[in-house]
Amino acid sequence: MIASIVRTALVSLRRDRGALALSFILPVAFFTIFAVIFGGRRDTTPKITVIAVDEDHSRASQRLIKGLEAEGSLVVRTRPAQKKGAEQAEYTAQTAEAAVKAGAAPVALIIPQGFGENPISFGGSQDHPAIRLLKDSSDIVAPQMVAGLLQKVAMTSMPDVMAEQGSKYFEEYAGGITPEQRKRIQENLDQLQRYQNEQNPGGANAGPSSGSGGGLVSITTRDVVGENKRSPMVSFYAAAIGVMFLLFTASSAAGSLLDEAESGTLDRVLSSHVTMTTLLAGKLTYSALLAFAQLVLMFVWAWAVFKLDFLSHIPGFVVMGVCTALAVAAFGMLLASVCSTRAQLGPLSTLVILIMSSVGGSMFPRFLMPQAMQKAGLLTINAWAIDGFTKIFWRDEPLSHLWPQVVVLLAVAAVLFAIARRLARRWEYA
Amino acid sequence: MTSAQPAPTSSPLKPLCAEGLVKRFGEVTALNGITLELNRGECLGLLGPNGAGKSTLIRSVVGRVIPDAGTVTVFGSPAGSGGARAALGWVPQELALYPRLTCRENLEAFGRYHGLGGASLQSAVERCLEWAALVDRAGERVSNLSGGMKRRLNMAAGLIHEPRLMLMDEPTVGVDPQSRNRIFEMIEALHAKGMSIIYTTHYMEEAERLCDRIAIVDHGRIIALGTKDELVRNAFAARSEVIAHFREGDRVAEWVEQHGGRYLEGTGQFTLEHPSEIASLLDAAAKAGHELVDVSLRKPNLESVFLHLTGRELRE
Repeated sequence: MIASIVRTALVSLRRDRGALALSFILPVAFFTIFAVIFGGRRDTTPKITVIAVDEDHSRASQRLIKGLEAEGSLVVRTRPAQKKGAEQAEYTAQTAEAAVKAGAAPVALIIPQGFGENPISFGGSQDHPAIRLLKDSSDIVAPQMVAGLLQKVAMTSMPDVMAEQGSKYFEEYAGGITPEQRKRIQENLDQLQRYQNEQNPGGANAGPSSGSGGGLVSITTRDVVGENKRSPMVSFYAAAIGVMFLLFTASSAAGSLLDEAESGTLDRVLSSHVTMTTLLAGKLTYSALLAFAQLVLMFVWAWAVFKLDFLSHIPGFVVMGVCTALAVAAFGMLLASVCSTRAQLGPLSTLVILIMSSVGGSMFPRFLMPQAMQKAGLLTINAWAIDGFTKIFWRDEPLSHLWPQVVVLLAVAAVLFAIARRLARRWEYA
Repeated sequence: MTSAQPAPTSSPLKPLCAEGLVKRFGEVTALNGITLELNRGECLGLLGPNGAGKSTLIRSVVGRVIPDAGTVTVFGSPAGSGGARAALGWVPQELALYPRLTCRENLEAFGRYHGLGGASLQSAVERCLEWAALVDRAGERVSNLSGGMKRRLNMAAGLIHEPRLMLMDEPTVGVDPQSRNRIFEMIEALHAKGMSIIYTTHYMEEAERLCDRIAIVDHGRIIALGTKDELVRNAFAARSEVIAHFREGDRVAEWVEQHGGRYLEGTGQFTLEHPSEIASLLDAAAKAGHELVDVSLRKPNLESVFLHLTGRELRE
């Protein structure tokens, strides 16, 4: 008897393609996406971009930067990417701060003038300038990782400088050393330096960590983005979660088209003065209005409960809200026009939206993903919408900076709607 | 085949002129050269079994099906054109309504889709609610209505823009006898006001009651067209039908066919040139040892015509 029940259920499942997809394709797709995001493959390990500004130009500062460059988990940029093939000027403290604010990198290191004279800060001495670490506080991982690697690199890339500095401290606090002792120390330092040059002509040492306990290099940290924000990640998650649910709402709203086709209402509507284009435009407008209202609710809730600074960002919110709502509404229309029945739409939309949301950063911030995944995310509506909202609420950027997101989202809306209209021809005439 | 297919006059003012309509869906030929005209104020019935092509013909008139060959005009306007859409009211076989909207909201929605607004829309809604006897249920959601009420609202939605030609595609499907009678009264009221109507059904009694002329449709063709009396006369002349029920069931099938009858589910159907021939038929049955349960003599009806023309029952 139980076998009969199991057999009946299996036959039903085999004939329900949507349920089959949800049962077997979605879990594998999700596993793959998150395995890639969290470094399941060595070649996709996330790298952190760090802007390095060398104001000191000393041997120590140069070796420190080379040491950082040799770290496999960092991408060190000393100048912006080439524009139209032309080399850009090196970052300064100001341009590096602006770049972090603009989201070009989550961290910038400023090695100040005079750093090379006393690079190591044994005993917390205040007699030397500290490296300034400028960070975007929306990325809670990158600054800490960079600060830790900085200490490691100081230890491994310039042991001779460290020893020299140590002997200086010894001389200062132990009441001086004899000329004979100084001579022997110098000989040993020279030997260490020769050995290091032989081992690593480039000046960097990417060998195993010597177990830096921190504090070798003095660092001062400052938030340059989000420094005045009360709830750093609220705006991100309002947008990220909002867009994901907008996609579900839009696909469900567009599904009314399938209900009407099944019930015969669509036929009746199309026999009136309403054309298919008018009908789809009406459905698109409705879905977009619904999506926009949902976004308003999300952000007003974030403002009321989590103190998001909503009121001073209303123009940017409206621009991004309208563009996002149109894009998700057109996406919903496309999904509905691809499907024949509401029963098909449910599993398909769940599959596509969950994958888009995971790759596009609605579940896990894109800036923490490997580079390849970050690029793949740009194929999703989620990524562009979240980037736009982040520009407004996190980076306080002006409206004019939203143009890439606005252009992409509106283009996506137009293209998806055009495809949906084309596919809807099957409902027009038999 | 009777002489039913009239030569179309192609009058541009006819409510409907269909000529040589052919429509194929893959291997299936749904319409196989249908030619049809409807006169003003006439109620024309399309009578045929499921799958005969009635709905495809109606959808061709509405413009929802593009024929592979042939033309359709509605008051002179090609099917699907703005003029044809304005002149047509369509009651589809399905309940083509918004279930979460009320009766009034549904009528308002379809009225707006037809370009109505303001006072004219409101008066059209009131008129339709009254016609469908739904005034007291105007604020009720469609999902809460009974089957009969939904059918009436479905019809009213097709009438909201005051069309000149109504196409009713089996509007009584799934309706209880009481509601069906009410629907008949609604259609008769429309007909009495001079509305041109095309009414599809596979119930001959509906066609007999409502329609001035009847087109019998089978396999995508009109196999007979005329008034009920014309159809019967053409098929049977002055002949009568004898329906004989036998106790033996299927064992009499062979005997029935030997005597020129048709055997269907324990019943032999015979066509007699004169009622007096019934005596010899009963004699022959008795001699063959077949026990009769019931014998009736009746004038042929549309069911008989359909059976005569196609060899099948209307509802097979």
